[in-house]
Amino acid sequence: MFLVTRRYQFAASHRLHTPQLSEEANQRLYGKCNYPYGHGHNYVVEVSARGPLDEATGCALSVPDLDALVRREVLEVFANRNLNAEIPVFEGDLVPTSENLSVEICRRLKRHWHEAFPGAWPKLELIRIAETPRNIFEVDADEIA
Amino acid sequence: MIITRKVEFSASHVCRAPGLSDEENERRFGTAANPHGHGHNYVLEVSLEGEPDPVTGMVLDLKELKEILNREVVSLYDHRFLNYEVPPFDKVVPTTENIARDVWGRLQRHLNRDGHRLHSVRVYETPDLYVDYFGE
Repeated sequence: MFLVTRRYQFAASHRLHTPQLSEEANQRLYGKCNYPYGHGHNYVVEVSARGPLDEATGCALSVPDLDALVRREVLEVFANRNLNAEIPVFEGDLVPTSENLSVEICRRLKRHWHEAFPGAWPKLELIRIAETPRNIFEVDADEIA
Repeated sequence: MIITRKVEFSASHVCRAPGLSDEENERRFGTAANPHGHGHNYVLEVSLEGEPDPVTGMVLDLKELKEILNREVVSLYDHRFLNYEVPPFDKVVPTTENIARDVWGRLQRHLNRDGHRLHSVRVYETPDLYVDYFGE
């Protein structure tokens, strides 16, 4: 079995603020991330898929097919956007933390995975997001509904 | 416990499957199917699983692992055109997956001993594409 990982990048802005807490509590909780006009990151997204080798091609995953899926479902959606203002899932109470962003990216890829990969393999395994080089978030695709 | 040693080598390759049409190779591998080949700075991470020896405190002396990696892989792959100079890549497409599997095969018998075994091989073709292989 092989685990193939592809790394992508996009830049986006966000502000961490939950309407379920007071202004003071938000400032205490989120600190600089709560400044009113938001701020941005160069997000690095790693997508890993597991599968056996296709002996004819020597590949466990078609990289062009994964690139096309990620381009359509992630990069074209999030790149150079304000996550709070422009991404529907973050318009309500859901705060665009990188935890929630990694879940949203995982859901988008899972929803369309079988259009890109109609066979039994490869399977989406995990999504890892580096919000900065020091803050890294990882979700197991099997744990995301 | 898992310990990892990282080494690098530079090599060129062509990704073109002989059983596929030109169009399918192009669709599958893109510019990597260019018949003149192209190269990468590959990064190889080899991980062993085992328990530290009670006397030395080490799973395996990383100096020794480095020597094995250099002898069994780097000295054969480095600055070579994989398809032309490094069997089995005269017959097997030198994709990242197949490189990981070949490295596994070359290392396994040198690294599976009392106290430790080969756990995984990770090959970075570029910083944006890497493969982990754990054996069959």
